[in-house]
Amino acid sequence: MTKRFALGVFEDEDVLLHAIDNVRGAGVKIYDVFSPYPVHGIDDALGIERSRLPIAAFFYGMCGLAFSLWLQIYTLGFDWPMIIGGKPQIALPAFIPVAFELTVFFTCHGMVITFYTITGLYPRFKTPVMDVRSTDDKFVMAIELDENNSSLPKLTQLLRENGASEVNQKEMTKK
Amino acid sequence: MQHVSAIREPLITGGKTLHDVTQDICYQVEAKPNIRWIGAMSVALFFLGVFFYSVYRTLWYGIGEWGLNKTVGWAWDITNFVWWVGIGHAGTLISAVLLLFRQKWRSSINRAAEAMTIFAVICAAMFPVLHMGRPWLAFYVFPLQNTLGSLWVNFNSPLLWDVFAISTYFTVSLVFWYTGLVPDFATIRDRAKGPIAKFSYSMLSFGWTGSAKAWSRYETVSLILAGVSTPLVLSVHTIVSMDFATSVVPGWHTTIFPPYFVAGAIFSGFAMVLTLMLITRVVFKLEDYITLEHIALMNKIMMVTGSIVGVAYITEFFIAWYSQVEFEQYAFINRATGPYWWAYAAMMTCNVITPQLVWFRRVRYSIVLTFILSIIVNIGMWFERFVIIVTSLHRDYLPSSWAMFSPSIIDIGVFVGTLGLFFTLFLLFAKFFPVINMVEIKSILKYTVDNGPTYTGNHGHSVPATTYSVTPGVPASAPVTYDKHD
Repeated sequence: MTKRFALGVFEDEDVLLHAIDNVRGAGVKIYDVFSPYPVHGIDDALGIERSRLPIAAFFYGMCGLAFSLWLQIYTLGFDWPMIIGGKPQIALPAFIPVAFELTVFFTCHGMVITFYTITGLYPRFKTPVMDVRSTDDKFVMAIELDENNSSLPKLTQLLRENGASEVNQKEMTKK
Repeated sequence: MQHVSAIREPLITGGKTLHDVTQDICYQVEAKPNIRWIGAMSVALFFLGVFFYSVYRTLWYGIGEWGLNKTVGWAWDITNFVWWVGIGHAGTLISAVLLLFRQKWRSSINRAAEAMTIFAVICAAMFPVLHMGRPWLAFYVFPLQNTLGSLWVNFNSPLLWDVFAISTYFTVSLVFWYTGLVPDFATIRDRAKGPIAKFSYSMLSFGWTGSAKAWSRYETVSLILAGVSTPLVLSVHTIVSMDFATSVVPGWHTTIFPPYFVAGAIFSGFAMVLTLMLITRVVFKLEDYITLEHIALMNKIMMVTGSIVGVAYITEFFIAWYSQVEFEQYAFINRATGPYWWAYAAMMTCNVITPQLVWFRRVRYSIVLTFILSIIVNIGMWFERFVIIVTSLHRDYLPSSWAMFSPSIIDIGVFVGTLGLFFTLFLLFAKFFPVINMVEIKSILKYTVDNGPTYTGNHGHSVPATTYSVTPGVPASAPVTYDKHD
């Protein structure tokens, strides 16, 4: 679905953060904010909820731990029991290193795959960007416009008042 | 430009703006390779050729091409393996441990250090795989059912723990490194001129746009990855040391091996980071990003870990005497005074005595001296592994099988060859990838200038609008309309 956006371009992260507060305070819904680096405090200002990735990471870690213990106990203890170096067949202390490594392996890869999936990152031929300067040195606030762009003059005024150095518009396919 | 605190040196010098950072780092990727890069690449490729030839000889004629004998069955291969793995550790230490400890100075060096980790682990992995003699059967090390029955791998063996440790370490480091690269690839993509560059960096950047929610998740991921990588990096070298420590060979059967090996790994890793960063900062003109302060800080870490290693050498001697085990005592006396005394002397000089020079401010801040010192430490740490492995093996419990080891030309070829492999990969990285983490540099830039942050958060109410002066010459409300997907 193609939509038109008003893009407020900011030069500084602090100006941006104040602007986010005021724009939201004026009852305008912000579509997204693009920045060249993670701006601290933007989550609270935009009302982004805390990520649940740590919970997912913990879950993946537990899966890894359970899998590694099952693998070692099943293979050496039940499927093909052998006495090696006089150790018991289920030698739990000797299983700690592999259990630890697989816990880390599952945590890391599970979480990273989840991150790429939920954030919609995958290799693609062309990336539509709101403003190419937002990966360089500009902070860009995108606000969705209504059908006939009637809200544009008011938005421009609001963004300029709050320190935007430019206000542009752009047509994009909405995710 | 001033920095916030009077007692702290600025992290980035030269009064950089956000755009300057992008320009400076992307310049290397966008410009044509310079003559020094081509020269270095030619040398690296020559040694890569040496590597392929030596590997071909090793695989075609067998491990007999190496200088191993019935007594010394592990020599250069395992020495090189442990040495390379150790070098890899500094990268993860910088990217994970220093991130958790909020050490902002790591930002200038973490990208290159992580790349070094990846390439060093690749070089390290070559040795155990080649030592198998028949690498096409390498899958035997994974817990797969045997075709002859349900025979499994032995999870009690430190050598198998190594398989899990190294493969986890490699893949986790790779993912950590790549996730950090994604936003920087997006910057290069958005500046790219040619169609090939546009296409390749678009593929590499995974469609990153830098939206606030993506950044929020990205930071969560980085922090958790750092959190799991920190114990991981310590576990890897601990497990590598257990290859020796869990055996009964005098000289290897040592309880202090895990912390001692980890300290040694950080020691040699930082030496290699210094070697590479000193070259990179000159070749790519990055003096404003990798300042003398960075070099001094790395030097200090190198000195601390070097001293820990020194204490470990002395502790080994003390424990051999204190335990009253005559085999242990002999192993250590033989190490220092036996036929390999020169290797022991080289190890002591390079690892214990030379790093103490870092106490002098003049040495710490000197580029030339630091460079020489880092090379000496790398040599010393190679000798440490050689001493541990060869001197312990060449004379153990059975005097009738005592023997000496000398490397064959192929042994030397494989080792020098992995250096070629390492530098080929590193040079390719330095040319086509951003060598410095632009995102992190940009995010710390504001904290190194006097007009620091002013935003303190809206505590549930809107902030009164500040009056901003409208810059003349900037289009005020005349909207610029772009085409779709321009």
